[in-house]
Amino acid sequence: MKISTFFYTLRQGLRSLLRNKWYTLASVATIAACLFLFGLFYAVLTNFQHIVKNAEEVVCVTVFFESAIDGEEVTDARIAEIGDLINARNEVDPAKTVFTTADEAWEEFKVQMDFPEEFADGFPDNPLAKSANYKIYLKDVSMQSSLVTYLESIPEIRRINKSELAASTLSGVNLLIAYVSAGIIVILLAVSVFLISNTVTIGISIRQEEINIMKYIGATDFFVRAPFVIEGMLIGLIGAGIPLALIYGLYNKVLSYAITEFPMLVELLDFLPVEEVFAVLTPVSLLVGIGIGFLGSISTVRKHLHV
Amino acid sequence: MTKRELKRQKREKMIEEEGLIFLDGVSKSYSTGAPAINGVTLHIGRGEFVFIVGDSGSGKSTLIKLLLRELTATQGKVYVMGYDLAKLKHRQIPKYRRYLGVVFQDFRLLKDRNVYENVAFAQRIVEKSSKEIRRNVPSILATVGLAGKYKAKPKQLSGGEQQRVALARALVNRPAILLADEPTGNLDPKNSWEIMQLLEEINEAGTTVVVVTHNREIVNAMRKRVITMKRGVVISDVEEGEYNDED
Repeated sequence: MKISTFFYTLRQGLRSLLRNKWYTLASVATIAACLFLFGLFYAVLTNFQHIVKNAEEVVCVTVFFESAIDGEEVTDARIAEIGDLINARNEVDPAKTVFTTADEAWEEFKVQMDFPEEFADGFPDNPLAKSANYKIYLKDVSMQSSLVTYLESIPEIRRINKSELAASTLSGVNLLIAYVSAGIIVILLAVSVFLISNTVTIGISIRQEEINIMKYIGATDFFVRAPFVIEGMLIGLIGAGIPLALIYGLYNKVLSYAITEFPMLVELLDFLPVEEVFAVLTPVSLLVGIGIGFLGSISTVRKHLHV
Repeated sequence: MTKRELKRQKREKMIEEEGLIFLDGVSKSYSTGAPAINGVTLHIGRGEFVFIVGDSGSGKSTLIKLLLRELTATQGKVYVMGYDLAKLKHRQIPKYRRYLGVVFQDFRLLKDRNVYENVAFAQRIVEKSSKEIRRNVPSILATVGLAGKYKAKPKQLSGGEQQRVALARALVNRPAILLADEPTGNLDPKNSWEIMQLLEEINEAGTTVVVVTHNREIVNAMRKRVITMKRGVVISDVEEGEYNDED
């Protein structure tokens, strides 16, 4: 295609947009509304997921060891060996695994309890002698039960501290978020494709005479169809740009409001900065907008425009 | 010699022997009723000026549609420029139509565009560069006598002027054949004559012109070849012919 033809086609697409002002406006408004909702959902969900992920990072499994099995002492070497086995597991983030010796556990306890030194000295032996432990952090909290099953099969392990409720709640919330967002996105996309299809159908009926003339003069299928596809893609592009700008402004406003009014909450929940949200939201929204514009118009052009 | 070259030579030979337009026993039937065209055979040579006349329902419009490859023949063969139109693939039709210029009774101009844009539109479609368009459009508008009205919208023009714009649009891509379907049907006698004079000039410049018309006065005055159709059949084909009542 020649450059002049490309620009001509682009101009025709734009001309078509302006010619069917009200239909264009309706399509743009609906797509903008859909993508605004999508963007809002995305901003809220990514923040929620970020918060959930932060929460997940503090959920860990702690294992304690027997001092002896069948009269045979569980040595430090054996404990280290078990540590290696645990770290080799798929569920485990080995970089975060923390080993605490019995002595360290007693020192920690004293600090936590704020024991006076003379009081602590009253214990000639380490009262937490059986408290050597591994704090194991998971890659994903939903994997906790499979790790616990494995840990239970190791005879040297005396006790496993786990947070079943936190794990199941967090993985459940994650799953719910995924399903809800997928459902909403599919519905919104279907509505948008339908609307663009309607706008392009109207465009075709308005331009039927022009299309007939083009056919007699020798226009190729591509030449006749391209402006309608461009029109659809432009509607999608504008429909994506408007909500992006709105959400950008809104997100910044909400964030600065939260920082000034609820500083404690912001510290606790750790919201994502706007740039991080928009690094994904911008290309996704634009692609979705242009994509549904393309899909809506190309399917309509194929159905209604027999050249 | 390449396959393409061979095909071109074959087409040239066909044009030489049978004419630029050749209908060989062509019939066209629609799903209901009698055939619109029934066993028509005719040859139109390069550079000819031909009137096709006949009453409503005589098959003139179907003939034009067959030549435009809007329809295909139910029986027989239609050859234009050596191409067997039945064998043209869908994607070849636009390229084929670029050999033809078409003018209609109702002008079929784009109402939202001015004279220049209406003519340039035809050049855009065949992907001429902007430079070529800037050169060709004013030249063709001067040929049809509309050089001074290039900015006017169709509704600001008289019927005759609108038909001139349609003619300019049909001619700007330098077609080998000009098909005019009732070009004077919406015009007063003065404008009708002016359009016919233009068509004659175009023909003298080398373009084959086929005019479908009801206008007896013009046909009889111009003394060109006249093909008369009645109920889908060619009933007469006369050089320097006339269009009479008994036809």
